[in-house]
Amino acid sequence: MNAAFLVFFVVGTIAVASSILVVAMRNPVHSALFLLLTFLCVAILFVVKDAEFVAAVQVLVYAGGIMVLFLFVVMLINVRHLPDDRTLSRFWKGGVGVGLAIFLLLATVVRTGTYHDQNPNKKLLRSTASHRVRKVTNPDGSVTRKRVVRHRTVGNSEAVGMALYQDYLVPFEVASLFLLVAMIGAIVIGKRELSAPEEETSPDFILKRMETEKDVKEAMSA
Amino acid sequence: MTWNDVVFLLPEIIISIGASLLLLAPVVGWRQRETSAKWSMLILLGITALTVIGCSYWVQEIPQSRSLAGMFALDGFAIFFKLIFITAIAMITLLSDDFLRESRYSVWEYYSLLGFALCGMMFMVSGMSLISIYIGLELMSLSSYILAGFFKNEEKSTEAAMKYFVLGAVSSGILLYGISLIYGVCGSLNLLDIGRALSTIITNDALMFGVMLLGAGLCFKMAAVPFHVWTPDVYEGAPTPITAFLSTASKAAAFSIFARIFYLALHDFQLDWSNVLATISALSMVLGNLAAITQDNVKRMLAYSSIAHAGYALLGIISLNSLGLRGVLIYSLVYVFANLGIWATVLMLRRHEYGGERVDDFEGLSRRAPFWAFAMVIFLLSLGGIPPTAGFIGKYFLFAAAIQAGFGWLAILAVLMSAVSMFYYLRLVVAMYLREGREADVAITRPLQIVAATCLIITLLLGIYPTPLINQATESSRWIGARAAIIPHAGR
Amino acid sequence: MNPWMHYLVWPLVKFLVAFIIVQGIVAAMNWVERRLLGFVQARLGPNRVGPKGLLQIIADPVKFLLKEDIVPANAETIAYFLGPILPLIPTFLVYCLIPFGPPPTFVAARVNVAVLLVLALTSTGVYGIILGGWASNNKYSLMGGLRSAAQMVSYEVPFGLSIVGVLMLSGSLDLVKIVNYQADHIWNLFPQLIAAFIFFVAMTAETNRTPFDLPEADSELVGGYHTEYSAMKFAFFMLAEYSAMLVNCCLMTLLFLGGWTLAIGGYGLTTQTLQHMGIPGGMLGVLIFIVKVMTFMLVYIWFRATFPRFRFDQLMDLGWKWMIPLALANIVVTGVVVLLGQSLNFQGEVVLSIAGAAIVGYTLYNLRPRAKVVHASRVSEV
Repeated sequence: MNAAFLVFFVVGTIAVASSILVVAMRNPVHSALFLLLTFLCVAILFVVKDAEFVAAVQVLVYAGGIMVLFLFVVMLINVRHLPDDRTLSRFWKGGVGVGLAIFLLLATVVRTGTYHDQNPNKKLLRSTASHRVRKVTNPDGSVTRKRVVRHRTVGNSEAVGMALYQDYLVPFEVASLFLLVAMIGAIVIGKRELSAPEEETSPDFILKRMETEKDVKEAMSA
Repeated sequence: MTWNDVVFLLPEIIISIGASLLLLAPVVGWRQRETSAKWSMLILLGITALTVIGCSYWVQEIPQSRSLAGMFALDGFAIFFKLIFITAIAMITLLSDDFLRESRYSVWEYYSLLGFALCGMMFMVSGMSLISIYIGLELMSLSSYILAGFFKNEEKSTEAAMKYFVLGAVSSGILLYGISLIYGVCGSLNLLDIGRALSTIITNDALMFGVMLLGAGLCFKMAAVPFHVWTPDVYEGAPTPITAFLSTASKAAAFSIFARIFYLALHDFQLDWSNVLATISALSMVLGNLAAITQDNVKRMLAYSSIAHAGYALLGIISLNSLGLRGVLIYSLVYVFANLGIWATVLMLRRHEYGGERVDDFEGLSRRAPFWAFAMVIFLLSLGGIPPTAGFIGKYFLFAAAIQAGFGWLAILAVLMSAVSMFYYLRLVVAMYLREGREADVAITRPLQIVAATCLIITLLLGIYPTPLINQATESSRWIGARAAIIPHAGR
Repeated sequence: MNPWMHYLVWPLVKFLVAFIIVQGIVAAMNWVERRLLGFVQARLGPNRVGPKGLLQIIADPVKFLLKEDIVPANAETIAYFLGPILPLIPTFLVYCLIPFGPPPTFVAARVNVAVLLVLALTSTGVYGIILGGWASNNKYSLMGGLRSAAQMVSYEVPFGLSIVGVLMLSGSLDLVKIVNYQADHIWNLFPQLIAAFIFFVAMTAETNRTPFDLPEADSELVGGYHTEYSAMKFAFFMLAEYSAMLVNCCLMTLLFLGGWTLAIGGYGLTTQTLQHMGIPGGMLGVLIFIVKVMTFMLVYIWFRATFPRFRFDQLMDLGWKWMIPLALANIVVTGVVVLLGQSLNFQGEVVLSIAGAAIVGYTLYNLRPRAKVVHASRVSEV
């Protein structure tokens, strides 16, 4: 049993336990905190698999961004405890049954499958040519600048960058469209109807009302 | 990425830029100009359609299989479907016109979202890699979720969007898990590479599970039983033009990727999944048609009918032969136009928020608007697959393909169920022609007339003289057919 | 070397040393801040305990330890306890990643994605404030927590984006490599002037310091998220805040001011030079580093003494409408220049530095005093 396995075992157990607690907690803030713990554990698992870039991004995006917004919403709604009436309890046995069934299915099917075996070294570390201007110390002691093209194997973040911005450039761009649409959706659902003519906060409406009031005053004084 | 690669994506680039520009229009003070929104959208669609046609000539010299790192292809199949999508979206734009004018929702965002949905569908149908197909599918789905809940002050619309979103998200998760398993086994996301890898793999549990999950995810998107539960509620609650979108363009998009993935990637893996899909197909046809009989709400009835039609379309995918592939193409086109015609007629009946939704609302339509009542009959006959209409050609190809592939029992079931479907289609006809009832209140506007008339012409013309459509379908399916080894000679 | 020593014991020892020193500095900062504020505002500040009031550093913690620890009646107990403690963990963890001097001696853990990890860890600091604010069961605390969440999430974006230009120039996420790059070329402050400015503003906002101290705006929210906290828990909040400030100043120094080096174009005290000098060289590097960091700490305090507080909508406007677009524009410009520099073989840094200098010059030119100065005694004549 090596260290990586030990870490995987311990952290994986914590991750699974805390993800169960996410659903089991009756206080939404506690659920959110356990979800945070799950995210952090998953990040550690990524590190164990030598994917430190993904781990850092996992913490940065999920723990630092998304979970904060979760908590933000929970606080805005200000729910201390979920109501104690167990409206969903008659389904829980079925839910657990289905969950167990799927787990067993996955455990048997996915583990026994044979997978495409790529040479891991070839896949993780790719060679790239980088153009850099380097200082070169000549034999006579003078220092000159020289453009060098280095072929080197790259690490994690470079490999991810290459995949995202070269091989998968177009899907990556489409993903940005996807986010744009999500943003439009949030705004469409969230905003008040500006096109409504009686919108009382619109500048046009206020100006018009001021004019009307002025007219009325003049008429009264006349 | 070279300029040749850009040609493959030029229509998508144009539609995405155009849709973003539509968003900017309210910023420059055009918020109230609803007519401009409609025309901008139509012009944008026109430009996109012309680009698709232009690109189709352009790409003929470029080898398809390795464009954009194997991410996208612009073969005949994709072009055929892209043109269907663009036309359908144009018609939905026309259908939406009056509907939006009465409500106070912002039209520009609406059209922009339709544009992004179209963009997603176009990416999807061009996708040669599971990742590009997935991301296109998600772009389309997300736009649909928002559009379904666009009338946010109406409870039904919000409910529909919520149901659609939650179930759609779950199905996307299932789809992704399937994709990840397939990637794990095959070591590639490219459809052709997967196809090649599969020809060497004899049996693999993980792969089978992956394909199952992939199929389940796709079945959700095309609303096949048992992944259909969302359909009636969403179709009923969504704004009627969006229901039209969901039941035509979105559905055809699901057919298209189903066909592309299974024909290109999984053709050597046929035996394991064809029986499962045959069962799904049979269930969809039986349950969809039987459930539709009992519906009094036209939107729900058409929702169940669309479930049944998903079952028919699956015949073309299961059979995995040239007839089946052409059948999917032909059937998609025929189905889209017949359905759009029906939705146009339903919208004509719409007087208040929910008018034209009940079968009773059709009573007496033959006296108020005899021509459009007749058109409705033609569309219904086309959906039922009765000979003088185009629907017959589509069903003929699908059933013949099934028989050729040895699924005779399924073809017989399909014919039987088509007969059942005529029962509830005729309920509408009876309501229109034979019931006295109250006077149907109609609001026949020019855009609706244009849509209904166009659909009528297409449905009748292709029913009477289908040769050009069949030839085009043969031409369009050549590249995929050659890759799937169901057509002897290689296409370009 | 024994792998256990190499991977566990040495980093731990280094971390502990760094931890103790940094905590000492943090404790001292409180005194420095109060004295400095006193100086700016023409008063004395704490000067009673010990020479020049220096023993205040010890007196304050003792006072906090001895005070009564009050828990509000309806507080959410677990979250109330976690609130002050949770943000300390990531802030302390960051000390492992920060190279205080030339490697390998003065860095506990050298990671090739150090910048990202530091960003990730500092981004979790917000939890303490949110939880504390929420758990106190107090409207003011809740408002403070909410403001803080919105503010920190908003400023996370320009904070991260402003670093991208630096990463593009140095081509690495490793802090040591970034520092070496600056020693070989030029401090990133000059080619990345706008980025440095955005980074500094964003880090001020991230740590809730004036002029962005809305989460604890005392004239509006009593004490904000820490209204209900007393004794050691309150001290933990302060500790976390000052530690975060120090971490940010370290980052600023490493990313924009050449870290422990004092070199330009490869001449001067580069990492290699310092390494050749052995332990004294390393100590010299650490000293240079600390001087740079302290400069920024003093600027922080100077800020506090100078600027009035922003209003909340102004804060959001500044973040979303100015900082983020500016940071994005900086990325585009830097990317284009770096790419052109590589293909046309010129020094992108020089071009960017000149552009930065031009921007500063233009801004200063626009800000020059334009109104005619009139002496007070002649006002009536004008």
